[in-house]
Amino acid sequence: MKLEVELAKRLGGFDFSAGFSVAGERIGIFGPSGSGKSTFGNLLTGLLRPDMGSIRLNNCCLFDSQAGINLTPDRRRVAVVFQHAHLFPHLNVRRNLLFGLQRTPVDRRKFNLGEVAEALDISPLLERNVAELSGGEKQRVALGRALLTCPDLLILDEPLSALDKRLKEQIIPFLRKTLRRFAIPYLYISHSLSEMRLLTDRVLLFEGGLFHMVTDAETLARQRMSSNRYGYLNHLSLSEPREVGDLLGYRWGENELLLSDHNNPQTGLFELSSKDVLLFKNHPHALSARNLLTGTISDLIPQGGTVGVVLSCQGQKLIAQVIREAALELGLEIGTKVYAAIKASAFRRLA
Amino acid sequence: MLTLTSVDLQAIWLSAKVATTATLVTLPFGFALAWLLAFGRMRGKLLIDGLISLPLVLPPVVIGYLLLLLLGRQGPLGGLLKTLGIQVIFTWKGAVIACAVIGLPLMVRSIRLGMEQIDPYLIHASRTLGAGFFDTLGSLVLPLSIPSLVTGGILCFARSLGEFGATIILAGNIPGVTQTIPLSIYDYTNTPGGEAGALSLCLVSILLSYLVLIINEIIMRRSRRSVRQLS
Repeated sequence: MKLEVELAKRLGGFDFSAGFSVAGERIGIFGPSGSGKSTFGNLLTGLLRPDMGSIRLNNCCLFDSQAGINLTPDRRRVAVVFQHAHLFPHLNVRRNLLFGLQRTPVDRRKFNLGEVAEALDISPLLERNVAELSGGEKQRVALGRALLTCPDLLILDEPLSALDKRLKEQIIPFLRKTLRRFAIPYLYISHSLSEMRLLTDRVLLFEGGLFHMVTDAETLARQRMSSNRYGYLNHLSLSEPREVGDLLGYRWGENELLLSDHNNPQTGLFELSSKDVLLFKNHPHALSARNLLTGTISDLIPQGGTVGVVLSCQGQKLIAQVIREAALELGLEIGTKVYAAIKASAFRRLA
Repeated sequence: MLTLTSVDLQAIWLSAKVATTATLVTLPFGFALAWLLAFGRMRGKLLIDGLISLPLVLPPVVIGYLLLLLLGRQGPLGGLLKTLGIQVIFTWKGAVIACAVIGLPLMVRSIRLGMEQIDPYLIHASRTLGAGFFDTLGSLVLPLSIPSLVTGGILCFARSLGEFGATIILAGNIPGVTQTIPLSIYDYTNTPGGEAGALSLCLVSILLSYLVLIINEIIMRRSRRSVRQLS
């Protein structure tokens, strides 16, 4: 998917403008609320008309103020999943799902109702009234309804913001899996950095109604290390769990990590805060933390009063965060060999 | 006590015919105008709103007279209709037009209230899912407006049953042709010894109006129940 945008729009006292060209299948749009993220989504789908500029999607012109082109929303082939599901209340789940499919030319249809319903785990709900669904179910139906139109671009506009934290954690892995399976290019709009890291490859940064820059979620996470309560969140892919006494041992590259989390013992993605990694210059004795890794410092990221220490542990990357004074005292420099201690309870399963 | 002459029965039949036709004729206009006022983004919306609502506050006689000027033989529209061989004034069609104009604001208000309850995001969703403007109107806005269309229709029907001032000016008071129940009652009250006839038709009027109110209440309850199920 390739998106080229050059836009300006004035909305009341709010000025929006953006100019960029981006290519990719998993693009994030990140910014605080009021930064113009959703305005941008609405300009793309044609629900808002830009004052001037142009929008091109895969070399197809959706809008061009100079050429007088403004495709109506139904002809843009850009589908949206909003923060709230907005299912049609007079139709049941099946007919909601079919709404877009029936309006998609036969030669463009790539998926059928059955496979989408099965992938989204909503097959048993098909004959239900939409009012009888839970929040998570509604959102899955809304996603299915949009996927079935086989759009050129799918906009996910804060799709998880209305869900509570627990439901969000359950739905993210599911969303990742489904979006990968149906391979529809998407724009993921959110103010959540963790959603950006899990669901996008490149990120368009918006601030105060202005497009700021193209970056990626990893860079953003490192930049926000000192301002984030949890510091930098390491994402670790752990595999081959086995029982080690009361704990579970997982393979992490060449290393083995011991975790106290016994739920759902299988290969997966885990989160570890940079603040939960303790560094030692020499081998510590009699340690309560169950994991002790050796690593070499490959990079130092000074930020505010703290320093992000990027470690290479037998080829695996791990970021720890220490106070600047501690870094000086320990004499942390690129190439220094250190020991990293991590509690078995510090890991949290993401997917 | 309820004794109805054949002229009375004609008046009842005519009232029902005029009110039903006026309601059916007004519905599509009411729907379109309500949409315009609820979702339209044009200038002069307030002006249009005022123009549509005017018959609600003007004396019906004024409306009747203006319609007579417009549709009469010398009127701008009347002349055109005459060349087409259509006569409106002093026919039951005139009564229908009078009732439609008087009933329209009630209908528009009711449908508009219903439409304003529709979440605009549903319309956005429909458009981005590939439904064009008229497709969205037919497959989303119309079905979601049905309860308010019914209420609007009933209000218009009830108003038409009682319409007097505009009808008597535009359609006249011709027994068997344009004489509806209210006009017939008016005639009875101007005739010595007509009290019994007037009272009979009053009773019929009360019965009809009461029936309409009850039907309205039943439909409202049903739609409230379905709304509760939805939310």
